[in-house]
Amino acid sequence: MPLGFVVFGLLVVSGVPHNPDGQPLTLDQALVNINQTTDPGLRYYAAWWLGKMRVSQPAAIEALLLALEDETDRSPDGGYPLRRNAARALGKIGQGYDSVVPALLGCLACDDYYVRETAAQALESLGVSSAVPVLASLLEGGVAAAVQVEGKPHLVQPYNAILEALGTLGNDDLVATIAPFLDHEVPQVRNAAARAMYQITGDAQYAERLVKVLDHEQLQLRRAALMDLGAVGYLAGAGAIANTLAENSMKLIALKGVLEHQIKVENETAQDICGLSADSRRVMELMDSLL
Amino acid sequence: MVAPLKTFETCLQAVNEADSAQGLLDAVEALADLTDERSIPTLIQVLGFNNPGAAVAAVDGLIQIGIPAVSTLLDKLDGYNYGARAWAIRALAGIGDPRGQDLLLDAAANDFSLSVRRAAARGLGTIRWADVPESERAAAMMRSQTILLQVTGDDEWVVRYAAVVGLETLALQLTATADVIIQCLQRLSTDDDTIAVQTRAQWALEKMGAS
Repeated sequence: MPLGFVVFGLLVVSGVPHNPDGQPLTLDQALVNINQTTDPGLRYYAAWWLGKMRVSQPAAIEALLLALEDETDRSPDGGYPLRRNAARALGKIGQGYDSVVPALLGCLACDDYYVRETAAQALESLGVSSAVPVLASLLEGGVAAAVQVEGKPHLVQPYNAILEALGTLGNDDLVATIAPFLDHEVPQVRNAAARAMYQITGDAQYAERLVKVLDHEQLQLRRAALMDLGAVGYLAGAGAIANTLAENSMKLIALKGVLEHQIKVENETAQDICGLSADSRRVMELMDSLL
Repeated sequence: MVAPLKTFETCLQAVNEADSAQGLLDAVEALADLTDERSIPTLIQVLGFNNPGAAVAAVDGLIQIGIPAVSTLLDKLDGYNYGARAWAIRALAGIGDPRGQDLLLDAAANDFSLSVRRAAARGLGTIRWADVPESERAAAMMRSQTILLQVTGDDEWVVRYAAVVGLETLALQLTATADVIIQCLQRLSTDDDTIAVQTRAQWALEKMGAS
């Protein structure tokens, strides 16, 4: 205890950051923490914090880009925890910074499955269409290559994140690449493929596959299908969403996605604004009933 | 005469003997469907079982029974664990008995669970105002209004959405002017950072003839 106190005192005196007990992190302190390497825990937390607090400043972006190249913070399985947090944060705040896209694309080649997964999600949320060829190349070998890594709890690639990103960023040139994954043996991968196929083709049969999953016996899959249908804003699924056996909070999030997608579509197509549509009102009636 | 398959006694027994999560859910649903006041203590007990499916069914059952369930719900409140308390607040919000109002006011503003704040905000609008003595009614409605206006600034979109629904329901029953509510909804319909909340505020204004 006395030794620890001395060390702590030295750290403070030498200007190395600390996170005072019980004190919330400040922006200045977070920037100090992300730029030091003495305490990996503080740096890891600062990376998460900058994204969470939406600190979209050049100093934060630069520090997170450096963190993407970190070699020091390693997990027991050889992963890069700091890179995962940094990629996730950049997905939230990296909009408008040219250097972010190549850095995230580089992460798609990282040894760490979870860094690749987070990078795919970040590229999706930043709307980086130029990432499509690299993302599609990770599906090479098709379903036959999409098998579990021995001794790990995951497949060789983060297929869910890749398929979802392709659905958001790609177009129907990708149909032949994505369609085979509709029959993958892992239900989550099948769902991600259905979601992506619906997004790139607009064909309701793919969204209806997700509606069917709302009746699945496993709650986890029902919840995931709710999130997928909300993410793609499938209006015809609104009633089925409201009737799913799952928490009201999840159903409300899904219906919020449907409502906001509908509003967006109507704003894009309407000639003049003449109040809310019957569809929007119907979705809100369902939402009201779940409060 | 064919005896009914599901009597209060057989349903109660099924709840007490359920040995799986699904079994409990089915038994509670069957018991709740009877809408029998004798099932109130058992339905309240289920709220503390940490089985969300069964708790939802029990809350629905208590809401169906309505007013007769309120005094038992309120009496037992202090003995509830956190989860059971949250479910009880949802039941009280659904029933709308004015005796639950103080609890809903506090929960809508202060509960740490967003689903409890959400249900309480909704419930503050749907209180059965006709059951409040006329001399106290305006003041009681004002208490709901004050907290609901405050809750439109909640951090969680779904709680703000519920506050909009609560304000709409309240405003449609106010005899006095609803200017303050209309101003608040107008602000939300353009300034809230969540489209769904903006849209719901817009719809509330349409329903109130104020858009």
